[in-house]
Amino acid sequence: MLHTVNKSSFERNSLKSCLNAIDDTSVILLIEDGVISAANNENSSMLAGLATEGRVFALQEDVDARGISSKVADNIKLVDYAGFVDLVEEYGTTVSWV
Amino acid sequence: MSTKKFMYLNRRAPYGSVYALESLEVVLIAAAFDQDVSLSFIDDGVYQLVEGQNPEGIGMKNFSKTFHALGDYDINQFYVSAESLEERGLSLDDLMPLVWEDEDDDWAEKPSIKVVSNVELTKILSEQDVCLSF
Repeated sequence: MLHTVNKSSFERNSLKSCLNAIDDTSVILLIEDGVISAANNENSSMLAGLATEGRVFALQEDVDARGISSKVADNIKLVDYAGFVDLVEEYGTTVSWV
Repeated sequence: MSTKKFMYLNRRAPYGSVYALESLEVVLIAAAFDQDVSLSFIDDGVYQLVEGQNPEGIGMKNFSKTFHALGDYDINQFYVSAESLEERGLSLDDLMPLVWEDEDDDWAEKPSIKVVSNVELTKILSEQDVCLSF
């Protein structure tokens, strides 16, 4: 499954809820304000393990919009909108953690 | 008309919701009425001031550039929470170099952004007549 998170982990618990519900084969795509969780900050540990496994993606356009491309944590993969579509195609069902 | 101290409290990241843009619109209105305006940025609001925003790819306007114009409207008190910056792995160097020209000091360019602790912010808030939250 593909899980998208579109809220900042500093403001909402969407990412936390997603992490509680995700299985071993699913991946996370951070979009909109969700990309704030892709940056190195005090909440980075939430995603570090999954990122090491190559299972965390962030939407490049949303990262660029917020001026944080130089802050993105190691192992988080950046994808563009076409990459977003590829993920939807590859992982089938999408769950949005809004 | 008497002058009041207006504080705009910004707590949301830009682009993901309309709060940041709407705050800026209302700030410009207050400026037109010659009020004593200051802005504070706490929590995810600090992202509004990050340098190098480029929302072209998500089809939105880069309104962060508007902050550069506020100095010309005598809006030059930007208080940014030190704690909020640190939690997010950010520092003053990551923010836009906003300046204003001081007409009482031969139009010297001075920085508009002050990084303040939550304790200092509490004091600044207590001095306001009106606080508007976004």
